[in-house]
Amino acid sequence: MGARNHNKNPFDFLANPERFMAFSRWAAPMFGAIAGVLAVVGLILTFTVPEDYQQGDTVRMMFIHVPAAVLAMFVYLCLGIASFLALVFRHALADAAAQACAPLGAAFTVLALATGSLWGKPMWGTWWVWDARLTSVLVLLLFYLGYLALRGGIDDEQKAARAAAILALVGVINLPIVKFSVDWWNSLHQGSSTLLAKPENRLPAVYAWPMLVMQLAYLSAFGALWLVRIRALVWRRKARSLALKAAEA
Amino acid sequence: MQFDFDAGKYAIYVWPAFVLTAAVFAWMIADSLSAARRWRAEAERRQAEAKGPRA
Repeated sequence: MGARNHNKNPFDFLANPERFMAFSRWAAPMFGAIAGVLAVVGLILTFTVPEDYQQGDTVRMMFIHVPAAVLAMFVYLCLGIASFLALVFRHALADAAAQACAPLGAAFTVLALATGSLWGKPMWGTWWVWDARLTSVLVLLLFYLGYLALRGGIDDEQKAARAAAILALVGVINLPIVKFSVDWWNSLHQGSSTLLAKPENRLPAVYAWPMLVMQLAYLSAFGALWLVRIRALVWRRKARSLALKAAEA
Repeated sequence: MQFDFDAGKYAIYVWPAFVLTAAVFAWMIADSLSAARRWRAEAERRQAEAKGPRA
C-alpha cells in the first residue's frame, strides 16, 4: 500500500535516480539522433529557400537566431520549474535538472544575442540598441550567469543550491517581460511572426518550414544535452558520496 | 532544389552567425559528454575501491 501511495506522486518518475538513469540511457542518444537528422534537414531548407525581398540573404540567419531565442526562454522556464521542485519537494534530481539547465540556457542566450546583433547591423544599422526586447534578453543572460556564479561561488552545496534556486525563481518574472516586450513597448525588434502570431504577421510557408524544423532540432538537442548533463551530475554526487564514506571509514 | 551559399554583401554577417552557432553547439556537446564520461569513470572507480577491501 505504501508503494502504491508513493507511485501517486506525479514527480515520482523524475525523483527516482535509478529510474531516471535507465530512462536517460536510451532517451539521450535518441534525442541526439533526432536533433542531428532535423538539423541536417533544417540546414538544407535554410540554404535552399529564396532570399527575402527586404532582408535579402540575412533571412537565413533567422533560422538559427529565433530557435536560439526561444530556447533561451524555454530553458529558463525549465530551470524555474526544476528550482521550484527542488526548493519545495527537496528532490535531489530536480536540483540536478536545474543545475544542468543553466550552462545550456546561458549558451542559447549568448547565441540569441550574438546572432541577433549580427542580423541587426545590416538591417537596423546598429549592432545593439537599448530596446525592451534586447535589454530583457540581456537581463535573462545575467540571471543565468548569476545562477552559475552562485552555484560555483558557495562551498556548501546545499546552501548554493538553495540560493541559486531562489534567484532562478526571481528571474522567472523576466520571462513574460521578454516575451511581451515587443507588445508592451515601442520596440525596434519585430513582433512575433510564428505560427501563433496574427495571420497578417505570420511567416510565409516557405520560411515557416525551415524555422519549424530548426526549432525542433534545437529543442531535441537541448533534450539530449540536458539529460547527459543531469546524468553527469548524478554520477558526480555518487562519486562524492562514496569519497565521503571512504574518508569517514 | 538548389543550394544558395552566396550571401553577397551580407556574407560578413551571415557566415559568422553560422560559424558561431556551430562553435557554441560543439562546446555544449563536448562539455556535456566529457563531464558525463569523467564523473561516470570517477563514480565507478570509487565504487570499485569501496568494494575492493570487502572482496
